Amino acid sequence: MVAELVTGKTLVSTTINGEPVEFMCEPRESLLEVLRDTLRLTGSKEGCNNGNCGACSVILDGRLVNSCCVLGIEIAGSEVTTIEGLATADGLHSVQEAFLEGAALQCGICTPGFIVATKALLDKNPNPTETEIRYWLAGNLCRCTGYDKIVRAVQQAASGTGT
Amino acid sequence: MAVTRDEPIKTDDFDVIGTSPVRHDGVDKVTGRALYGADIHLPGMAHGKVLRSPHAHAVIRAIDTSKAEALPGVVAVITGADFPDPGEHMTQAGEGGAQSIINKSADIMARGKAHYAGHPIAAVAARDLPTAEAALALIEVDYEVLPPVMSAEAAMAAGAPIIMPDLRTDEDGAELDGETNVSEHSVAEEGDLAAGFAAADFIIETEYFTSPVHQGYIEPMNGTAWWRGDGTLDIWGSSQGHFGIRGEVSELLLIPVSKIRVMPMEIGGGFGGKTTSYLEPLAAVLSRKSARPVKMTMTREEVLKATGPTPGTREKVKLGVSNAGKITAAHVNLYFEAGGFPGSVLGAGVITALSPYALENMRVDGYEVLVNKTHTGAYRAPGATMSEYAVETAVDEACERLGMDPTEFRLLNASQEGDLRVDGLPFPKMGTVETTRAIQDSAHWRTPLEPAAEPHLRRGRGMASGYWMNGGGMSSAQAIVNADGTVTLREGSMDIGGTRTSIAMQLAETLGIDVLDVIPVVPDTDSIAFTGVTGGSRTTYATGMAAQLAAEDVLRQMVAGLAEVWGVAADDIAYENSTFAAGDNAASFKEAAALLDDADILVTGKTSIAPTRPGPAIAVHAADVEVDIETGKVQILRYTAAQDVGTAIYPPYVEGQIQGGAVQGIGWALNEEYWYDDDGLLRNSTLLDYRMPTAPDVPMIDAVIVEVPNPGHPYGVRGVGEAPIVPPPAAIANAIYDAIGIRLRTLPMSPPRIIAALANNTKE
Repeated sequence: MVAELVTGKTLVSTTINGEPVEFMCEPRESLLEVLRDTLRLTGSKEGCNNGNCGACSVILDGRLVNSCCVLGIEIAGSEVTTIEGLATADGLHSVQEAFLEGAALQCGICTPGFIVATKALLDKNPNPTETEIRYWLAGNLCRCTGYDKIVRAVQQAASGTGT
Repeated sequence: MAVTRDEPIKTDDFDVIGTSPVRHDGVDKVTGRALYGADIHLPGMAHGKVLRSPHAHAVIRAIDTSKAEALPGVVAVITGADFPDPGEHMTQAGEGGAQSIINKSADIMARGKAHYAGHPIAAVAARDLPTAEAALALIEVDYEVLPPVMSAEAAMAAGAPIIMPDLRTDEDGAELDGETNVSEHSVAEEGDLAAGFAAADFIIETEYFTSPVHQGYIEPMNGTAWWRGDGTLDIWGSSQGHFGIRGEVSELLLIPVSKIRVMPMEIGGGFGGKTTSYLEPLAAVLSRKSARPVKMTMTREEVLKATGPTPGTREKVKLGVSNAGKITAAHVNLYFEAGGFPGSVLGAGVITALSPYALENMRVDGYEVLVNKTHTGAYRAPGATMSEYAVETAVDEACERLGMDPTEFRLLNASQEGDLRVDGLPFPKMGTVETTRAIQDSAHWRTPLEPAAEPHLRRGRGMASGYWMNGGGMSSAQAIVNADGTVTLREGSMDIGGTRTSIAMQLAETLGIDVLDVIPVVPDTDSIAFTGVTGGSRTTYATGMAAQLAAEDVLRQMVAGLAEVWGVAADDIAYENSTFAAGDNAASFKEAAALLDDADILVTGKTSIAPTRPGPAIAVHAADVEVDIETGKVQILRYTAAQDVGTAIYPPYVEGQIQGGAVQGIGWALNEEYWYDDDGLLRNSTLLDYRMPTAPDVPMIDAVIVEVPNPGHPYGVRGVGEAPIVPPPAAIANAIYDAIGIRLRTLPMSPPRIIAALANNTKE
């Protein structure tokens, strides 16, 4: 029975937050499990494990994805950006600044997902309307803020980029 | 030292209070560095999973765990037999209502009977989760399946299946004979009800239903336990009160609190739901049995099926009203589904139902009823949203009959200081009138609603009030002056959304220092004195007051120390504008800290208090809606939420509480509900089907801060967090009525219900 579960690990080579990374992973393991349990990048959060809450949002080859719905072995040769990859030695990313300054978080559990999703939005569309922001973020659930200050923070980050 | 004053120290001219600093824990939370319970990894850690009942109501004849125990990689298997008999005393970890500890024990791990689908039957710890899950499949349980009882009405009917044969009704303090599913009938009454109804010009009599709804915190429940060889236990989890978890685990496992240390992990939302333990005691027993740390996390399905949502309810409201617009009498009957065990938020529902109003003749009857659903818990202003939804909707019918503006009616009947609450206690000073006026005078209320652009869209406006009593309770704070003039603030309240900063601001205000020179820390349960759960909107009030008093203690000690250093009398030292001065001697706070450090004088202020005058919160909301009569969808066009917050300590987070509470209430009004099938199985246990509001579902929420300072706090604080969830269901129901001319009396007012209501209306 257990032998059936352990079907052998695969070596995966990829790039995470700009750095080359190698890890061993079973075919059944999600990218979220790899990030959190194998690589200990626990900034990506698990809220539902079936793609409904967005707390595990990461950017995979320029595309916003729920890492719970991607398999670890699928990211071989890809580039992944997680919440841990946004701030640099020079300081916070402009989206992180906007969330912090705009009180756009309360408990903070959904915050990494919202910030990654916002970065993905602004990379594509630097000047989104309020409606575009709200629909883009429809895949990220926040239960604390009522979204008001999150939407305003995204607007602030967009205006701050000057594009 | 007195812990309350007749009047706040001052109500304006603050230096720190009312400003908007960046919160102390903010950088960790925007960078992913903040550690929540599930982020814990310990050496040699095993992973635990729970086997849950697939039946809503069943006798457990036998459990055979031998095959699971034999599976390689399994380190421990437990059932109800591994838990001690904890006795029968009442316990209360949070604000979910008191319950017998023996029932709590049987709820976290079944003893002989499954009371709901999802009830824990056994648990396994294994080297990894797949192995633990494989082991669960090997546990053999022999069930005798019983018919489930799934509503208060059905549970109270003659011949209903009995969930707990030993249960007897608590009839307002006396025990009734005979088997029943009714665990409690409580009565609160003032005045002469019959005379009040006789004096009425007309009577409004209506009935309402609400579904269980879940807090919907984004971080699932988790618990990790590590039992040391010396009999002491460390726990990591997700809790609104680490002292509450310590106490509950102590009572459940019969180990002294001194042997348990609970870590204050960041918490990913709670809203009342995380004031009691589910996994922590299981992880502890698995850890003891396996001699390893054991981590357990719930899936979202487990969270929805087997943690405590707020009760589903049925409410009957009868109002007597005079043609002059006064309520002459009110009688409310509340039927709350407790779930599979007794203990619920009924008491708060009784107290709050009629509290926005000054009434001479009133009565509330509360019935708590067992059903085969997960045992209910606290959810933000627990009990109030359901009971006030019913009354606020009935009041709207009275206003319509009178042809009176609903804000005017509420001003005419507003409860104020000295009026009696239904339980006989006089209301303290509170802003019922001021908050109602804030809505009445708002641009929203004064701007006529524009008609919809399409013929299939109908617009309407509604408003409703909400009352929440707020809580006090025990809080501790310690303020350590560092040599560089910063102050480390240790306080015992789990920070669920920015309270480290709102408490630090009160300390900084009193000390006359920059709030960013305060380093707020929430230590583990071994490292700070007892502090109650972060619930009841008590934290900024009670722990804030503790910090304020600790700051006064710091100033006294600094003056005494400087008197020694300067060789002057302490009474001759004044502290003004952040400067200590006596004659030619003067030192800023930072200079004084350095002087005292040089003189080997250490300053640590500390306080433990239990303040009792939290001051109620009043919320008044206005909603504009647009109903699509083809699809039944209701869109919120505009939403204004006014609230008396006493004094807004940290305004962006006061607004955030109001906005977040309002949107939870909007979800409750329009979409959120538990769908059980005839077998008692929950059919919408994902976040796709349990439909919480998303960003496109709501507009910006206009939060209007009203400040009627609470005389029971040095800075006038009232709790803020809970009241804003109370008005939305009634405000939106009243707006939908204004839009389509139909009163919906069942929550949620989801598209199928709107369509059905429109269809029924057409037939008539």
